[in-house]
Amino acid sequence: MRKSLLALAAGLLLAGSVSAASAADKLKVGFIYLGPVGDLGWTYQHELARQALVKELGDKIETTFLENVPEGPDAERSIEQLVRAGNKLIFTTSFGYMDPTLKVAKKYPNVHFEHATGYKRNPNMSTYSAKWYQGRYIQGLIAAKMSKSGVLGYIGSFPIPEVVSGINATILAAQTINPNIKVKIIWANTWFDPGKEADAAKALIDQGADVIMQHTDSPAAMQIASERGKLAFGQDSEMIKFGPKTQLTSILDTWGPYYIARVKAELDGTWKSEDSWGGLDSHMFAMAPYTNMPDDVKKIAEDAQAAITAGKLHPFKCPVVGQDGKPVECKGGANLDDGQILGMNFYVKGIDDKLPGK
Amino acid sequence: MELIEAIILAVLAASTPLLIAATGELVTERSGVLNLGVEGMMIVGAACGFAGAWLTGSIFIGALFGIVAGTLMSLVFALMALGLAVNQVATGLALTILGVGLSGLIGAGFVGERITPAAHLYIPGLTDIPLIGRVLFGEDAFVYFSLALVAGIWWFLYRTRPGLILRACGDNHVSAHALGYPVLRIRTFAVMFGGACAGLAGAYLPLAYTPFFIPGMTAGRGWIALALVVFSSWRPGRLVVGAYLFGAVTILQLHAQGWGVGIPSQLMSALPYLATVIVLVLLSRARTGGSTAPAALGTVFVPDR
Repeated sequence: MRKSLLALAAGLLLAGSVSAASAADKLKVGFIYLGPVGDLGWTYQHELARQALVKELGDKIETTFLENVPEGPDAERSIEQLVRAGNKLIFTTSFGYMDPTLKVAKKYPNVHFEHATGYKRNPNMSTYSAKWYQGRYIQGLIAAKMSKSGVLGYIGSFPIPEVVSGINATILAAQTINPNIKVKIIWANTWFDPGKEADAAKALIDQGADVIMQHTDSPAAMQIASERGKLAFGQDSEMIKFGPKTQLTSILDTWGPYYIARVKAELDGTWKSEDSWGGLDSHMFAMAPYTNMPDDVKKIAEDAQAAITAGKLHPFKCPVVGQDGKPVECKGGANLDDGQILGMNFYVKGIDDKLPGK
Repeated sequence: MELIEAIILAVLAASTPLLIAATGELVTERSGVLNLGVEGMMIVGAACGFAGAWLTGSIFIGALFGIVAGTLMSLVFALMALGLAVNQVATGLALTILGVGLSGLIGAGFVGERITPAAHLYIPGLTDIPLIGRVLFGEDAFVYFSLALVAGIWWFLYRTRPGLILRACGDNHVSAHALGYPVLRIRTFAVMFGGACAGLAGAYLPLAYTPFFIPGMTAGRGWIALALVVFSSWRPGRLVVGAYLFGAVTILQLHAQGWGVGIPSQLMSALPYLATVIVLVLLSRARTGGSTAPAALGTVFVPDR
C-alpha cells in the first residue's frame, strides 16, 4: 500500500514538473495578499490590479496569488512557496511582509521582489507605495465646504505616520476654507472591525460631526453616515454602493499601471531595485468621481486635483505649524520633504486633541 | 439628553450579539462541555444569515438560516468531542478555523451586496417619549429576544427539573450517568443550543448591526462571549451585567476619544478587557473557597456500557 502511494506521489510530482516545463516560456508572477480577495478594500484593490495585469499581458505571463496570508513567520513560508513554484517576480502586498520578503529575497538572488508600503530594499527587492495624503488634502477641501456644523469626524486605525499625515493633510486643507474647522478623531485601534467602525461613526455623528472620514477598511462607517443622512468619504475602494447619497469621493488604490510597468520591465530584462512613492501624477491612486456635492465644490476639488497632479500645489507647503504654535523645520525647501511626511508624528495647529503616545 | 439616549442605544446594539452568543455557551458549559468554537459558529451564522436574508428578503428567515448554520457547526463539534471523545479544546479551536474558512466560501458571492437592516419597533406615543422612549420601545427584535432568552435560560436552569439534570451533568457526569441520565445526549442538546445561539448572534451582525457581509466581520466577538461566560461565573443574571458593561465601556471609550479626554487611545481600547479582568479578580476574592465553574467542565466522558 505504502509503495503504491509513493509511486502515485512520484507520478504526480512528475506530472507537476512536466506541466511546469510546458509553461516555462511564460513569466510566472506571484502575489501575496493579506486579506481575502473579497474584502472590498485593500486586498480587493490589489486583486483588481492583478486582473488588469493579466488582461494586458496575459499571453506572456502566468499569475498566482495566495490570499489570507498572515503577517509574520507564515508569510516567509508562503513567499518561499511561490519561489519554489517558479515565480520570478513576486509582489508582497502589505507592510508586515517587509522582513519576511527581505529574508527570502536574500536567499534567492535571482528572483525579483516587490514589497508594498515598506522601506527595506535589496538589489532584488523594490518597494512601492502611494502618496495618499494628496487625496486626503482634496477630501479636506470638500469636507470643509460640505460641513454645516463645522465639525468633521475622523476614524483612524493606528496612530502611525501614514494615518497621521492623512489627518494633517485633511485639516490643513479644511483650514484654507474654514479657519475654525474642528475635527474629532477616534482611533479604532484596528484596520478592520465593521462593528467597531460603525460604533465609532455613530459616536462621531452623535457628537456633532456631519462629514465622516475614515482610515479603516470596511464600508461600515459609510453605511452609518448614510443611515443618519450625513456625508462620508470611502477608503481604498469604491464604496458608493453603501452610500449612494452619502459618498463624496473615495481614495482608490490603483496599483494596475504600476504592476503592468514592473512586469514589462521584467520581461524586457530592465527590472532593477527601486523605491516608487507615487502620487496622483503617477496614477498610484485615483479619486472616485466627486458626487453628492454642488458644482462649485466639485470645481474646487477638481482644481486642487489638477494642481497637485501638475506639482503646483503641495499639501505640506511651508510653513506647517505644529500644535505648539511653532513652524516645523522645512527640510524640503518650499514644503516638508518626503522623509518628514513618511515619519510624521505630530498634529498640526487646529487639532484640539493629543496624538496618542505623544 | 439626546446624546445620552444615543449612547444607550449604541451600547444595547453592541452588547446584544455578545449576550446571545454567551447565553448559548453558558448552557453548553453548564452541561460540562467547553466549546471554544463560538467565533467559528458565529461567523458561519453571519454568512448564512446574510445569505438567507438576501435571497428571501426576510430578516426573519435570515435569522433562521443563521440558527441552522450555527447548529450544524455545533453538530460537527458534538460528533468529534462527544461522539469520538476527542479533546474539547483542540476540537473547539479547529471549529473556529473551519468556520472562518467556510464563511468566506459561503459569503464570497454576497460580498458587496447590501440589505435593509432589521426594523426597529415603533409604538406611536411610547417610542416618542424623550430619553427612554427609543431605548425601551424602539429596539430591533434581536434586542428584546436576547433579554427574553437569558430570562428563559435562568428559569430553565434554576426552576425546572431538566435544568437541574443539565447542571448535574456538568458538575458530575459519573453520578448523573449512574442515576440513569443520558449524559452524552443531554450534552449534545446543550452543544446544539450553544451553536444555535452563536449562529443567531453571528447573524445579528449582518442583519441588524452593519447590514452587509464581509469575511471576518465577527472580529473576535466569539472570544469575548467566551470570556463573558467566565466573567459571569456561569450565572445568567451576571451575564447580562457583564455583556452590557462590556458594551458600555466599548462605546464610552469611543465617545471619550471624540471629546478629547486625553487618555491614550490604545489604553482606552484595552479598557473593556481591563474591566473584565478587574471584575473577575473582585468576584473571586469575594468568594470563599472553590471555583464556580461546572466541576466536569471540559473533561471527556465515555460511558461504560
